[in-house]
Parts: sequence; C-alpha cells; structure tokens
Amino acid sequence: MTTDIRGTIEARGLTRTYRTRGGDIEAVRGVDLDVAHGEIVGFLGPNGAGKTTTLRILTTLIAPTAGSAVVAGADVARDPVAVRRRIGYVPQRGSTLDEALVSEELVSQARLFGLTRAKAVSRSQEVLETLDLSGVWQRPAKSLSGGQRRRLDIAMGLLHGPVLVFLDEPSTGLDPQARANLWDHIRSLREVHGSTVFLTTHYLDEADALCDRVLVIDEGRIVADGAPAELKAHVSGDTVDLDLTDGAQAGQAAALVSALLGQAAGEVTSAQVHQSGAHIARISFRAPDAGRLLPGMLRDLDAAGVKVSGLETRRPSLDDVFLSLTGRSLRDDA
Amino acid sequence: MPAALSETWIVFSRAMSISLRNPVWVIFGVASPILYLVLFGPLLTRLPLTPGGNGASGTDAWQVFVPGLLVQLGMFGAAFVGFGLVAEWRAGVIERMRVTPASRTALLMGRVLRDAVVLIVQAVILVVAGLAFGLRAPVAGVAAAVVLTGLLGIAFASLSYAAALRLRSEDALAPLVNGIALPLLLLSGILLPMSLAPDWLRYTSMASPLTHVVDGMRELFIGSAWSATAIWGYVATAGLVVVGLAFGTATFRSRSA
Repeated sequence: MTTDIRGTIEARGLTRTYRTRGGDIEAVRGVDLDVAHGEIVGFLGPNGAGKTTTLRILTTLIAPTAGSAVVAGADVARDPVAVRRRIGYVPQRGSTLDEALVSEELVSQARLFGLTRAKAVSRSQEVLETLDLSGVWQRPAKSLSGGQRRRLDIAMGLLHGPVLVFLDEPSTGLDPQARANLWDHIRSLREVHGSTVFLTTHYLDEADALCDRVLVIDEGRIVADGAPAELKAHVSGDTVDLDLTDGAQAGQAAALVSALLGQAAGEVTSAQVHQSGAHIARISFRAPDAGRLLPGMLRDLDAAGVKVSGLETRRPSLDDVFLSLTGRSLRDDA
Repeated sequence: MPAALSETWIVFSRAMSISLRNPVWVIFGVASPILYLVLFGPLLTRLPLTPGGNGASGTDAWQVFVPGLLVQLGMFGAAFVGFGLVAEWRAGVIERMRVTPASRTALLMGRVLRDAVVLIVQAVILVVAGLAFGLRAPVAGVAAAVVLTGLLGIAFASLSYAAALRLRSEDALAPLVNGIALPLLLLSGILLPMSLAPDWLRYTSMASPLTHVVDGMRELFIGSAWSATAIWGYVATAGLVVVGLAFGTATFRSRSA
C-alpha cells in the first residue's frame, strides 16, 4: 500500500432511489459530505434516515442512482476494487458465521486481501491481541460474548491495515460496559492505527463521546454538520424548567420570563407536571448559557412576587439539536 | 496464479473446512437417493424397462435406475445449498466478503466447488450402494457419470445461490426450490425411463435439460460414451453449468440492493 493514500471521503450529490410497487422510495437525497484524514466522523440519524444506505454506497456495496463519491482516493463507481482494498468495513449485523472458527474467518479474510497464509495467521493474532481477544483463536464464533463478537468484527475489518474504517451501528445490542469498552477500541483506531473512522449511529451518547464531527441525517438529507459542541451551542440552548409554588401564577411567570429573555411569548411553555404526589405548574424554556442568566432572572421573578419552588437546567443534547432541526425527537424514532 | 483462482481457493478452503466440521449434511443429502435405491430400486428389477432389454435381466434395471438417482442427487442436493447462503447473508459474511478486492466469481465458485466435492462424495456412496444391490456397469462410464453429477451440482448450486441472494429469506426460498425441483425431477425420467411414457409426456420431457442428462448417463452406464444421446447429455450438462454460473456471478456482482 502506497503511503500517499489518505483515508478521506468526498461525496457529491449522492442519491439512491428504490423502485417498489408502492412507488419510488428516495432513501438518500443529494448527500454531500467531506471527511478529512484522521477524523472520527459520526453519521447520526433515526432508523430509516438513510445512514446505512449512504454507508453502503460509500463501501461500494450498492451503486448510487446519481452523484459521485471518492473514497480513500478511488471512485466508487469507476474503481470499486481499489476502494475495497483500502477500506475496512464492519457491518451492522456482524460479519462472521456462528459455526466458523475465529481463526478460519480471520485467516480467510486476510488472505482475500492478498496476505500469504503465514502472514495472515500472524497478522490475525496480532490484531486479536490489540482488541483484547487473545485466547479465542480455536473457538467457534458463536461461543464469543456480544462484546467479543463485535470486537472480532472490528478485527476482521482491520487485518489489511486500512486507512479508512467504516462502522455501521457498532454498539447496537451491547450492554453498557461492552459499549464503553468498544468506544475505547474505536478511539484507538485513530490513535494507534492512524485510521480515519466513519461510523453510523442512532445513539446520541455515542456520537457525543466518539466523534470529532457529526453529520445529522434525516429523511435522506444532511441537516447539520459540525462538532457536537458546536452544534449544541449554535442550534439550541440550555433547557430550563421552573416549578412554581402557585399554579395560577404560570401565565404571569411565562410572560415575565419572555420579556426577560426578549423572546416571543410562545417560546416559553407551561405545563402541569406530576411530582411527589401533587400537581405542579412548570414553565419551560430554552436559553443560551442559562447558568449566567438564571440568578438575575430568579431575582426579577421574586421581585414580581412569583414564587419558584424548584429549578432544573440541562445542557443541550444532540437530541435537542435534532429536535430543533427537524421538529422530531431522535428518541421517539429510535 | 491469477488472483481470481487463488481467491476461489481461499473461499473454497474456508467453506470446505466449515463443512468438514459438520458432516451430518453429507449423510443427510445422500439419505434420500439411498432410500430410493434400497426401497424402490428392487421393485424395478423384474420390470422390462428398456425395449428389448439390455444385458442380463435384473442388471438393466440398475443401469437405468442409478443414473436417475445420480441426477436426482446432483439436482436436489445442490438446490438446497441456497439455505446455507441465506444463513451466511444473515450473519453478514456475504457483505463482508463483497467489501474485499476478491472477484465476485471467486466468491461464487469457491462455494459451488465445495458443493461439488460434497456431491461427488455422496455420488460415490450411492454408486457403491448400487453395486451392492446388483449394479454392473463399466468403471470409466460410472466415473464419468459421477463427474457429470458434480457438474450438475455446480449448475444447480449456482442457481440456488442466485435465488438465495436475491430472496434473502428461507421462507421465500423454500417454496421456490420445492416448486421447481419436484416437477423438473419427475419430468426428467429419473425414476423410470421416458421410453415408457405416452407420447405427450415423452415430448414434454424433452424440454427439460435433465432428461438429456439422465439419458446421457444411462448411455455411460451401458458403455456407449460417444453415442448421440450421450453427447446430448454432455451438451445439456455444459449448458446448465454455463447458465447457472452466469446467474450466480451476476447476483454476487449486483450492486442494486
């Protein structure tokens, strides 16, 4: 492998339409994306958003209906074999047969990339070591735990030392400990192996924890592109909930808060919330940097005679970002 | 060695070593023809199956019947391999292999060659059982027939894989295989020769390539390797192999779903 191959992606206008009896389904509608060498990029969206379809176009499994993509320096339509040589792919449902031995799957995979049998064996064992999978060599794949199996799938994608690794929903179905462990290994793909990582996920915490940059996809289109912190800061704001001692004051409180924030009255919502056996009136709103705003706001509310009995503030999550971009919650769709 | 050949070998070795660990299927696949041989074959030994008879009474029945069983083995045995591919598809193995530089032909050929090897082993078991029951036929002819069985296996395994990869579901594949295999089998003069059939059935059976393959094998079993009927048998087998491999490769190559 020549050293000037970089793990980059340049896609323009990727479109994929499926013809079905019910009509045309546009799974991917004009997706543009750029990934630089060494980035860990997340493709975040609900199920059915077009993440997996886009990924399958980029990994040469399906052809786009329109648009082009250059992956690791090779065009997916004109030179798919070169793309396949340079990328690692870790599919969503796994990549190994239950009855096959770990050694069989790894060695045959490495050999398909051109390694000799001897090199394939040594390389496979080396990769197993780095993924904390020593001791499973002669075992059937089905005897591995969920987390081990997923790490085996990653091992399968790394045998040929790819510059760019694609992971499709890597932590689906794993328990929290296995997920956290997997995230460490994904980070090390970049830190230790120097690979670019492109992963799809519908988990907000995964995108937050792992990705330098997140591309939010909804209904086949990219709706946001930026670092998680950046997206949260610009697109949304902190959520604030104020619980009121006297429910009748809700209207007054809402109006006062709107005035203080300088927002239109409609952006402050009030609701009845059930808490500790009683009904409490709660007003909710968004404000950038609520921590700085609240002390003054509480003094003003107090001065106006509005009694606040409780307060909660939350930093924005990617779900808030998704909500403000699409009007839907990522959580509802997942 | 060109890459496609070594890639075929890699896919073949993997498939073979997985199958060797699970030999139940070898026995399972040959059970059906063996049952026909043991429980149905003896019923035929007193029937005049060929006009005018051919060879000592009794032996001509086996010379007519065993080729039919070999074709049944080559076709039915191979037709079900698609289920194994659906399992591999579900496990993500096919997708994973398609994102390697391996040629799509190698991904297919490695697997069908493994199926051919299994079929040849089963064919040998069947022939040996036939010998025990009174089959007498020239060794070269029988060997050639076993090879033809392997080739039939390549053809039908490829078609089964093509169907499996398109349908991606056992529930969809089962009716397809059963719905095609049985009529084709019965129409091809496998259990009894079509020379016994009324004209309408005999002419219809000519449309099935398997009829020509069975008739060709029967020629091999009586030592006429180069008669016109035998040659038609070889041509039909070759044709089936070409069609099967074409469909199979095209499906592995497909980038539309």
